[in-house]
Amino acid sequence: MIEVEGISKTYGKVLALDDIHFNTKKGELFGLIGPDGAGKTSLFRILTSLLLPDKGRASVAGFDVVKDYKKIRSIIGYMPGRFSLYPDLSVEENLQFFAKVFKTSIEENYHLIKDIYQMLEPFKKRPAGKLSGGMKQKLALSCALIHKPEVLFLDEPTTGVDAVSRKEFWEMLAKLKEQGISILVSTPYMDEAAMCERIALIQNGRIMDINTPFGITQAFPDELFSVSSDNIIHLVKDLREYQELKTAYTFGSNIHITFKNLPDITTLQTYLEKSGHSNIKIIPENAGIEDCFMNLMQNQA
Amino acid sequence: MNDKQIAIKSENLVKKFGNFVANDHLTFEVAQGEIFGFLGANGAGKTTAIKILCGISKPTSGNIRVAGFDVYTENEKIKKNIGYMSQRFSLYEELSIWENLRFYGGIYGLSAKTIRERSEAVLKRLGLEDQRNAHVRSLPLGWKQKLAFSVAILHRPGIVFLDEPTGGVDPITRRQFWDLIYEAAADGITVFVTTHYMDEAEYCQRVSIMVDGRIVALDKPTALKNTYSCKSMEEVFLKLAR
Amino acid sequence: MEAFIKKEFFHIFRDVRSMMILFGMPIVQLLVFGFAISTELNNAGIAIYDQSRDPMSKQLVQKIVSSGYFELQQVFSTNAEIEAGFKSGKIKAAIVIGKDFEKHFIQQDGAQIQIIADASDPNTASIISNYLQGITRAFQAEKLPNLKLPVEIKTESRLLYNPEMRSVFMFVPGTIAIILMLVSAMMTSISIAREKETGTMEILLASPLKPWQIILGKVTPYVILSFINAMTIVVVAWLVFEMPIKGSFLLLMGEAILFIVMSLTLGILISTVSPTQQVAMLLSMFALMLPTILLSGFIFPIENMPVVLQGISNIMPSRWFIIIMKSIMVKGSGFMYVWKETLIILGMTVFFGILSIKKFKIRLS
Repeated sequence: MIEVEGISKTYGKVLALDDIHFNTKKGELFGLIGPDGAGKTSLFRILTSLLLPDKGRASVAGFDVVKDYKKIRSIIGYMPGRFSLYPDLSVEENLQFFAKVFKTSIEENYHLIKDIYQMLEPFKKRPAGKLSGGMKQKLALSCALIHKPEVLFLDEPTTGVDAVSRKEFWEMLAKLKEQGISILVSTPYMDEAAMCERIALIQNGRIMDINTPFGITQAFPDELFSVSSDNIIHLVKDLREYQELKTAYTFGSNIHITFKNLPDITTLQTYLEKSGHSNIKIIPENAGIEDCFMNLMQNQA
Repeated sequence: MNDKQIAIKSENLVKKFGNFVANDHLTFEVAQGEIFGFLGANGAGKTTAIKILCGISKPTSGNIRVAGFDVYTENEKIKKNIGYMSQRFSLYEELSIWENLRFYGGIYGLSAKTIRERSEAVLKRLGLEDQRNAHVRSLPLGWKQKLAFSVAILHRPGIVFLDEPTGGVDPITRRQFWDLIYEAAADGITVFVTTHYMDEAEYCQRVSIMVDGRIVALDKPTALKNTYSCKSMEEVFLKLAR
Repeated sequence: MEAFIKKEFFHIFRDVRSMMILFGMPIVQLLVFGFAISTELNNAGIAIYDQSRDPMSKQLVQKIVSSGYFELQQVFSTNAEIEAGFKSGKIKAAIVIGKDFEKHFIQQDGAQIQIIADASDPNTASIISNYLQGITRAFQAEKLPNLKLPVEIKTESRLLYNPEMRSVFMFVPGTIAIILMLVSAMMTSISIAREKETGTMEILLASPLKPWQIILGKVTPYVILSFINAMTIVVVAWLVFEMPIKGSFLLLMGEAILFIVMSLTLGILISTVSPTQQVAMLLSMFALMLPTILLSGFIFPIENMPVVLQGISNIMPSRWFIIIMKSIMVKGSGFMYVWKETLIILGMTVFFGILSIKKFKIRLS
């Protein structure tokens, strides 16, 4: 559905995108995972024909993003990174306006947005600027969907949104996918990667890996352990001072570690006991997306 | 925590906007040097409460003291004794790192000598010594946030309020940011932090969870997980906030 | 398109600031102006130099003084006193009644009245001389009712300090030009810049809307509102200043619409280079408002400007619009007399229109 071949983009001296390649399939939910400043927004703008790439070519549904920009603009739905609706117009007026812009009506494609819009219905007379974060995001999605786009581009739809609304949002995306809409979504939250069919990990304008979430975690090269004790603050310090470890990163109340050489749990256990830790647990752990991302980041550096 | 000094004491904090109750009888205490997680869904009333605690807005009712000062009458003193940093509030992009440090030090009335010493220490800690004259604009987001935090505690406030400080920051830098938080707390600075990353909630000594203007849970992360028999804070949050 | 226009009206009517600029400011500007003039006139100090001192001239003086518009400050007995009286600042006008007034008046062979006004304050001066002329004319009609020829008394106006007669009729067209320019150009540029600020421009660009559709949708409401404004101003000007409309009202409104459209294209042009509302507002202020006020002949007569500035004033659209309005309103000229100026504004409209559509980016920069 989306084909990207060797896209590069620079702003002055800053290289925002560096030789990006990837393809998505029809009906696929594809995620671009990476922190702010990784180049996600530039890539979205190029794919939605709003920005010209310096190098490379890209197409959406077979239409070239540079030459056929008019065609692209009529078949895509786009939700930019920041809240981009009219704050002084009501929920209903916003939706009506965007329906008209795409020469359709709310009624025509109501089935698509029904589940989402029903949650907004009680507030439909309220100005969009006065909605809560989660509600704004639902309205923005409704507006991007109202013309039944073939491809949906969602740039960081869950940034700054609380965990509950985020979860609901991903449930909505899963439903849209069932209706056959191809979706490209970006997020800085690594835990959301698992909701996508395939993901690209992006950092400093480069794609570090593309695979299914499972494939990516499977490719984690080292043996990973999760360590915990009663005093996590000291545990971090002590593990960082322990020379045998390659990495030690906090994950909630645990610390994920990898060894430079062959893992030696017993020695580590003794070291931690000597350092005064109690209730020490060192157990093998399956790598998550965030583990993989940090590993790839280190390789890149 | 009774044996420790109390940094924030809030008794029945109420804030109403017309008929709408944004904060409904919030009662909690935060000890000096504690890392306190202030969680809640969007629109639950977190920002309103933080504004009151920072002395920027006045509560409708309630007895609230921050750093020992009353929020109704001594808000100017409160402002001198706290640091504040949010995802949006940041540094002056067109000023250099050094100029930002000097400017904020000046705002809080630090002497030139103190500013110089502490700024050097910050640059050294963050490994930015070579880039002291670089414009803040040119820094990656993660670095900006770490610098913004260091600036917020440059005047050694008793309490620092952090409003979603790590939003959009990459996973490694995010963890480095929390190292800074721990160091500040070890120096006795109280850290009052909001976040949407639920793994970060686990790093707090205690967390409160707000739903519709009320605090529905307040305890250590481990205790909360036990109470609600959940494996992670994320589950606890989803259970309570949904 | 219709949805776009509707949406634009919602923005305008819901934003207090827009409503203030649109409707509050023009009326306030005009009223401040009108108020200033009416107070001055009620207290205008005058002096009289009656060279005849006969019963008829005394009656005329009596009539002028009792009219209520003037306050008799001084009575002169030599010409030299006139100059000194003006320099003291107490008097705004002096009336000199010629020798043997009664004799000439009855014989109808050229009784002379000279009105000298301080034209460093051109509004007041021109209004005073208009009033005085009116009073002498009424006096004449009263005394000699059977006369057919109206110009019996030769009233001769001489304006001191500002020999060019700068009347209130200059100010009203100038104010109209400024208000239309401000409302049209500033409001469109701000409203387009606002779409960039809120990020909605990004969505509009990524939609099938074409640039001209976006522009037309943004501009149409302002054409309508500015037009309503133009009519209001003309009506208020007519009521407050008795500004005449001697020529065709339709022609006047047609020219106003042309000027409005021209201002809107300028507004769009400004918005294409302004990333934020503030930049748009500042640019409108400095690139449009100040030159309009200073160089269009509104305040400073073009003939008195240095040659370079005279040249620059040629590219000020409002200069030509003011000429057109003066011709139609004061002189009652038809289209035949203003087609050149109209053509110039039309040319500017086309030029700025094409330029702004060209500059309106179909992508983000």
